[in-house]
Amino acid sequence: MTVLPALPATGCRTAPVLRERGQREVFCGLTGIIWLHRKMQDAFFLVVGSRTCAHLLQSAAGVMIFAEPRFGTAILEEKDLAGLADANTELDREVARLLARRPDIRQLFLVGSCPSEVIKLDLQRAAERLTVIHAPHVRVLNYSGSGIETTFTQGEDACLAAMVPALPSTEARELLLVGALPDVVEDQALDLLARLGVGPVRCLPARRSGDLPSVGPNTRFILAQPFLGDTHAALMRRGAQPIAAPFPFGAEGTTRWLAAIAAEFGVPADRFAAVTDGPRARAERAVAQVAERLRGKSVFFMPDSQLEVPLARFLTRECGMTAVEIGTPYLHAEIMGPELDLIAAGPTISEGQDVDRQLDRVRAARPDLTVCGLGLANPLESEGLSTKWAIELVFTPVHMYEQAADLASLFARPLRRRALLGAAQEAAE
Amino acid sequence: MKLTLWTYEGPPHVGAMRVATGMQGLHMVLHAPQGDTYADLLFTMIERRGQRPPVSYTTFQARDLGADTAGLFKQSCMDAYERFKPEALLVCASCTAELIQDDPGGLAGRLGLPVPVIALDLPSYSRKENFGADEAMLQLARALAKPMARTDHVSCNILGPTALGFRHRDDVAEITGLLSDMGIAVNVAAPMGARPSDIARLGAAHFNVVLYPETGESAARWLETHHGQPWTRTIPIGTRATRAFIDEVRGLAVAARLPDTARLRQPWWSASVDSTYLTDKRVFIFGDATHVMAAARVARDEMGFEVAGLGCYNREFARPMRTLAKEFGLEALITDDYMEVERAIEAVRPELILGTQMERHIGKRLGIPCAVISAPVHVQDFPARYSPQMGFEGANVLFDTWVHPLVMGLEEHLLTMFREDFEFNNEAGPSHHGGHAPRPMGLEGAAQPAAAEGGSMPPEDAPLPEPVVAASGEVIWLADAERELKKIPFFVRGKARRNTEKFAAERGVWQISLDTLYEAKAHYAR
Repeated sequence: MTVLPALPATGCRTAPVLRERGQREVFCGLTGIIWLHRKMQDAFFLVVGSRTCAHLLQSAAGVMIFAEPRFGTAILEEKDLAGLADANTELDREVARLLARRPDIRQLFLVGSCPSEVIKLDLQRAAERLTVIHAPHVRVLNYSGSGIETTFTQGEDACLAAMVPALPSTEARELLLVGALPDVVEDQALDLLARLGVGPVRCLPARRSGDLPSVGPNTRFILAQPFLGDTHAALMRRGAQPIAAPFPFGAEGTTRWLAAIAAEFGVPADRFAAVTDGPRARAERAVAQVAERLRGKSVFFMPDSQLEVPLARFLTRECGMTAVEIGTPYLHAEIMGPELDLIAAGPTISEGQDVDRQLDRVRAARPDLTVCGLGLANPLESEGLSTKWAIELVFTPVHMYEQAADLASLFARPLRRRALLGAAQEAAE
Repeated sequence: MKLTLWTYEGPPHVGAMRVATGMQGLHMVLHAPQGDTYADLLFTMIERRGQRPPVSYTTFQARDLGADTAGLFKQSCMDAYERFKPEALLVCASCTAELIQDDPGGLAGRLGLPVPVIALDLPSYSRKENFGADEAMLQLARALAKPMARTDHVSCNILGPTALGFRHRDDVAEITGLLSDMGIAVNVAAPMGARPSDIARLGAAHFNVVLYPETGESAARWLETHHGQPWTRTIPIGTRATRAFIDEVRGLAVAARLPDTARLRQPWWSASVDSTYLTDKRVFIFGDATHVMAAARVARDEMGFEVAGLGCYNREFARPMRTLAKEFGLEALITDDYMEVERAIEAVRPELILGTQMERHIGKRLGIPCAVISAPVHVQDFPARYSPQMGFEGANVLFDTWVHPLVMGLEEHLLTMFREDFEFNNEAGPSHHGGHAPRPMGLEGAAQPAAAEGGSMPPEDAPLPEPVVAASGEVIWLADAERELKKIPFFVRGKARRNTEKFAAERGVWQISLDTLYEAKAHYAR
């Protein structure tokens, strides 16, 4: 029988939320293209935007990509704004040129940006028009990754939500796994679900457009990423029913996530235990080793990826840390409910950001570890505060049992490094 | 509309940020949506700065657009003043804010702040990063520089260095030292390192030294007109240019001494016999115009290389670039399209690339060694050590940096003699570099899949086609010639192939035999 750790007497679901607005030190939704274009191997992401958008993509990626990446920016120029050139004609020409050069592309996403939204360039109509032109070989979809509407991971949400209405219909009872996961993690999840006897299982997004899932009233879906609120709503509009669960971070999170699926699909308790006991025990052992360094330490989350709440739950429940503040760009009450139930009352839950004020709170609390964006990490380090760049949590395989200790290590490494360098410095003095 | 994959320059407001971030006591308020804060990481991560850039972003959202974005901007200015108490405030709009036309200058000007407010007009849809930096420096000088008497002792300003500049930190130190050696004091170095109160006293210098025309020339021209300060045209990169710079400075400051050259080693390093193998190495040079033009002269006159191609991404300097290229018997490549640069490098097949971080990636892909000489650059191009490009120490650094990626002299011979040694062979690459051998130079189709260097998704490293087998154009390689070509070390194989094909084509020979290969070799012998 699977026994899960007890819930805290008082969780954070009903805790007051500190809502702030001001300067936000976050990426916009375009950033999601960095991992989405790797995940969907026959898709191209064409941002319709400015030089800033193109510069963001190459700066945020941190990695340069050899050859031609499967994303690009159609940069608006003065004549596009002045109405001298019909932006739609220009766009059609660039798309035709791109698709001629890349015959391997089957899905094209026109991605809206701040400038394209402000000048009200209708990318939805453009996508419809281009789909007709390039059918049946290429399907053209659109979504907005603009900073005026989306924060960082919300770009993936907007992308997946845009795919949902175009998915074929089905009456079959299937499980749909929602969220772009690294292939290795997705394979592990599929393997565990197969051994539980849950199936058929489909994934959104699929690695190739030919494997796109169907959806209908008998579809049951579960989010693998916490930032997919719009996709959640879009799937419900297609009649699919959600499975509410904490997210598969850490041994407990993974077990609760699988247990919620198992309950929906009627998996017998002994079978669930037989499949999950082994990897769960292994994950707990591995996490415990890494957690030695984290136990009793405090953590402060600046808002970044919307992974903050589940990760705070993992660090407080499985690694013995104390959360000072859990900041998130956006708090989806329904999706985050099961997570907030698990976090013992105490930390400040904050939504949105006024970065200077929040930094004042960080400096006052002097947490042992601050999880923040790349723009803040070195400045805080130079003030003597250890940091973990949040973007690494999105770019690294961290879900499911086998990655639970890797996830803990991401938080432990900055502390270990500071201790190493500190010890060396002391020895030298 | 123009499709862009990678960009050499960011938008103009990033240029303005480079100016503000280099300075002290200045704060910038940028009217911009959420997400434009990504620019902070250029400074905190790539340049490893320990402070946030002094920039407040208004962070407007979609719901503000119909409401009061102007109010948000005014509030941000007041908050920024209260919190940071700067000596001056720089205000401007990013690309999106430019479209909503809130007039940051007008709004901030009416707030009655007790410090100068300097507004920048940065046309995001037609100009780029260097323009933004140049314009920011010009407007700072116009707004703040006061008429004043020259210093008693001869002094100059250094203009152009910014945050995130390629080796600006060390160039300023080197040139400051050189000038001091000559008995000339630096009045102000700006923008990097200066405060608004320093900008105010730019007029006290006797003349200006412009190290980076891309980001300092407009201010120098304005100061010449309004403060009567002449400015230097020579960029002291390389031994010869540094000597020419010294001559130019002595023309402006007649009492100046000749500096000490004891630390200059580059001419002897280049003349010593070990460097013989550098003779006529074919080099392709691309980057910002100033660094490329300087590097081309150093490559030809001080290293004995053959400049096989050159160009720049900043169109503003196309004219001098083209003139110099003509002097080299070449056509300058003026483009900000990375793919076009890659095609040009593939066609030229150089033995060395001197470029930016983009060309480093091109070189990696094509298996051609590359040294970085110009922005844009990545984190590894901000070294901990002192590593200027300018002055005499800069000349030493150039020698080391450009030679390092190459296969060394005797090693080159050994590779030619024992081509099929199982561990010391063509594909192993320079022995003083670890890691993997460079990939063979390929002529990939445009549909080559991308491969990431990192990240959580697996790379898709499709094997590159072996180009020596494929015939280019209508010339066919016969089997024996093809085998022989493969025995030629990788770092000259491209050249051998290209020369042979050219040789054959010129003679109307469409099949390359072993004889054709060696005929061509004899023809091109030098």
